[in-house]
Amino acid sequence: MNFLRNATAAALLALAVPATALAAEAEIKFPAQNWSFSGPFGTIDRASAQRGFQVYSEVCAACHSVKQAYYRDLKGLGLEPKEIEAIAAAVMIPVIGDDGQPTERAGLPSDRFRSPWPNEKAARAAYNGAYPPDLSVITKARAGGADQLYALLIGYNQAPAEMKMGDGMYYNSYYSGHQIAMPAPLNDGQVAYADGTRASVEQMARDVTTFLSYIAEPETEVRKRLGVKVVLFLIFMTGVTYAAKRKVWADVH
Amino acid sequence: MAGLHKSDFQNPVINWIDSRLPVFTMIQKEYGVFPTPRNFNYFWNFGALAMVNLVIMIATGIFLAMNYTPHATMAFDSVERIMRDVNFGWLLRYAHANGASMFFIVVYIHIARGLYYGSYKTPRELLWMLGVVIFLLMMAIAFMGYVLPWGQMSYWAATVITNLFSAFPLVGEHIVTWLWGGFSVDNATLNRFFSLHYLLPFVLVGVVFLHVAALHITGSNNPLGIDVKGPQDTLPFHPYYTIKDSVGICVYLIVFAVLVFFAPNFLGHADNYIPANPLVTPAHIVPDWYFLPFYAILRSVPDKLGGVLLMFGSIFVLFVLPWLDTSPVRSARFRPVYRVLFWVLVFTVVVLGIAAGKPAEGIWVVVSRIGTAYYFLHFLVILPILGKFERPLPLPESISRAVLGVMGGGGPLPGGAAAKPTMEKA
Repeated sequence: MNFLRNATAAALLALAVPATALAAEAEIKFPAQNWSFSGPFGTIDRASAQRGFQVYSEVCAACHSVKQAYYRDLKGLGLEPKEIEAIAAAVMIPVIGDDGQPTERAGLPSDRFRSPWPNEKAARAAYNGAYPPDLSVITKARAGGADQLYALLIGYNQAPAEMKMGDGMYYNSYYSGHQIAMPAPLNDGQVAYADGTRASVEQMARDVTTFLSYIAEPETEVRKRLGVKVVLFLIFMTGVTYAAKRKVWADVH
Repeated sequence: MAGLHKSDFQNPVINWIDSRLPVFTMIQKEYGVFPTPRNFNYFWNFGALAMVNLVIMIATGIFLAMNYTPHATMAFDSVERIMRDVNFGWLLRYAHANGASMFFIVVYIHIARGLYYGSYKTPRELLWMLGVVIFLLMMAIAFMGYVLPWGQMSYWAATVITNLFSAFPLVGEHIVTWLWGGFSVDNATLNRFFSLHYLLPFVLVGVVFLHVAALHITGSNNPLGIDVKGPQDTLPFHPYYTIKDSVGICVYLIVFAVLVFFAPNFLGHADNYIPANPLVTPAHIVPDWYFLPFYAILRSVPDKLGGVLLMFGSIFVLFVLPWLDTSPVRSARFRPVYRVLFWVLVFTVVVLGIAAGKPAEGIWVVVSRIGTAYYFLHFLVILPILGKFERPLPLPESISRAVLGVMGGGGPLPGGAAAKPTMEKA
């Protein structure tokens, strides 16, 4: 069994490789937050995600699209079908009319979230060449995940005196190179939460991060629930199969 | 010579078919009563696991291809559509992406087992070489599959890897243009990679068939590395190894399921969720984990052509390994020096993988160079010499005596004639 023990050690070492590869990349450490959706049994905090949707709609959506998401995805935040229909209907969706001319119609739950820009060039023209990235999978597209997004949103500070900032750039403790083109998006009391939660920068950052983590993969909870069942079944199957193996081999040993 | 096959099957329908096309006889011969050494340990599961993994990859891949759009402007969005709109599309995609990682884990253990127990030695040289062909095909397929989501890492990995061919003098640039189908990695590249990513797995299936066919000519090696002497040394494949493989498959599926359901992006790279952008180069372009040791060998040489040649060379030495290892003893159990050197080699490969994940600077360059040098030293110098000087432990007389004998395990038998190391050539 020496071989087995050594092989296990080697396998564990091998598994550690991608983790170390990522660690080498992120020079900035993002403080680990306690998220309701982390871990194999984690679920989205519905109330927080709904508040986060409000922050996205009233703040982020001025510049950032979430073009992979549909209005119907809001169901996963615990919104009722009637509420979702109303939210979608309040948005005008650009379409080509029957006369062949560009026009608009009221949104449906089956529509994707409307982008603030008609195209990337329009965004760049408005923002000094910078393109506000699409936020559809933003928490999956950063090595630090939700922690990194949250850290960035609360990470705006006064630049150190010795640092020379570029034109139209802002200092952020958690941005690579510390110079970011996005001005601090959140200020205390920027949105009025319907449930009376105080809209501090930390609170809004936490809520919108929860919302965007949900939007990045609306099927996450389905995946984890199925996973628990699959793994339990496989453990049971392993037991049964091993018992059968013992029985079959009993006359050979 | 015409005439029906004499079938032993009693069921009239099976007998009718089997008389005309003896597939049932063949399955019975190759997977039913097939004589298999009785002393396999669980490391002999990994061939069957690789087969299961290949089937999972093809099955999930076919359904993914139904929903994927191979176009530079639509590929990324079509992958997200699979994640969000296709029923259980997230399961298909995560099973396929993590299935690639599982495939390499399984195959690396399968290769390591072959190295430890000397499964590449005569008469199994061709079986081993077909295995190396399978490994090469897997690397090509995995690389092209990684390009298909058209994220930042897809794009830049494709750029870096295809550019390797530009290292060759005179024709290099032309080869690269030909591979790309243009003057940069673009839609034409994506289209041909998709086509080949769909084609090559079926070529792989063909080579796997030859690998298994060759295995069934020579029969399996075993942990003692000595030849089967007669029926007392073997068991019929079914039910003994079908059930033992099933245990392994269950454990393998648990590991696979934990990855897919609870950490589906753990082995991936975050940058690949950013759509491909030819104008923005990622800070570190890192291949998937299973290529890292070879990437380290590539980077360890300051000269581009030298690095490329060494990287290909690191696989080529595996092709000629049966002739590099001069020891007549197969299993490392009876090779006290080789047993240690095997683990030194495994350690070297793991360290090379870690080094490749770090920026190519400072101590990691030195580590990569020492690791690369040792890798080639092991195969090209140590193994040829070691066979001449190593004093192997006495081999057991037969598998059945070693397994059922008083001592059990692989030790020498009490009272048994001291076996000569060359006896297995009998």
